[in-house]
Amino acid sequence: MTPDEKTEFDRRRRSKNLVLGGILLFFVMLFYAITIVRMG
Amino acid sequence: MQQTASIPLPADWRDFFALTKPRVMSLVIFTGLCGLLAAPGHINPVLGFTAVLCIALGAGGAAALNQWWEADLDAGMKRTAGRPLPGGRMARTDARDFGIALSVASVIVMGLAIGWLAAGILAFSIFYYAVIYTIWLKPRTPQNIVIGGGAGAFPPMIGWVAVTGDITAMPVLLFAIIFFWTPPHFWALALFVQSDYAKVGIPMMPVVKGHRSTRRQILAYAIVLVPIAAAPWFIGGTGAVYGIAAVILSLAFLGFSLPVAFRNPVDGDGMKPEKRLFAFSILYLFALFGVLVADRLLAAYGVIA
Repeated sequence: MTPDEKTEFDRRRRSKNLVLGGILLFFVMLFYAITIVRMG
Repeated sequence: MQQTASIPLPADWRDFFALTKPRVMSLVIFTGLCGLLAAPGHINPVLGFTAVLCIALGAGGAAALNQWWEADLDAGMKRTAGRPLPGGRMARTDARDFGIALSVASVIVMGLAIGWLAAGILAFSIFYYAVIYTIWLKPRTPQNIVIGGGAGAFPPMIGWVAVTGDITAMPVLLFAIIFFWTPPHFWALALFVQSDYAKVGIPMMPVVKGHRSTRRQILAYAIVLVPIAAAPWFIGGTGAVYGIAAVILSLAFLGFSLPVAFRNPVDGDGMKPEKRLFAFSILYLFALFGVLVADRLLAAYGVIA
């Protein structure tokens, strides 16, 4: 793997992790809200 | 060390997003939301949002499975050759796993948050699009657009059932409206866009049965659409605002279909009637479902009976 490829590899992995982390956080909040609504 | 040289680049998250066919999803979200808003009864905004989200995720999962299965076909067509799989930007199994994960997650969340009837219809709609349409019938019959229309017709039904919890005539009619609208909408496009479906062995109606037959079938569906679009009013499911708008819009749709049905195109004539019908078909669906929601809101706020 060339240095350029390594940089691109790291960039893609980082951006994918950030997006996945955001989605997980969103679902945590959504499930919390659904639980509160369903209990009400 | 040369061992890392064989490690492929991970797919970009934008390519995963592209797998969900975001433009198709926008129509799915719109019709699903309209079904939800037009249904009698009340749903908590958080649950309503969740229902529409699940409809969108399910559609995205089905679209990813569609692209996983058709990667070879997509590679052979100009319009689709740049998609993530034929473009070589993603492993095929990643697309399959992503599609399955989205589909399963959408059904489970729908079941837990909203109800298992809506989840069951959502699960069937994903199976219908990914398996019955994509894998089984699309490559085998020129009626593939008619069959595919069924897949696009589920979202308003799911939105409606998410609120009411049961299947009545109204959600079935919403399904029927999109089902009968799809063939004239898509075939109008197929008449003026030179597609290379034939090159990859997909039997599209204008290629298999010819332009004349396709034009007659467009007219037949446009005629059937008039009573079906107005039926929610006839059975008392909506008020006169929707009913009158549905009749006017559907007659206009029929009016745009007539010149397409009886015309013999010549090279270089611009295919204007076909383009006008296609453009109006999009406006028609947005307007019809928009009026459906408006009618319901006007009734809810006591403006109309």
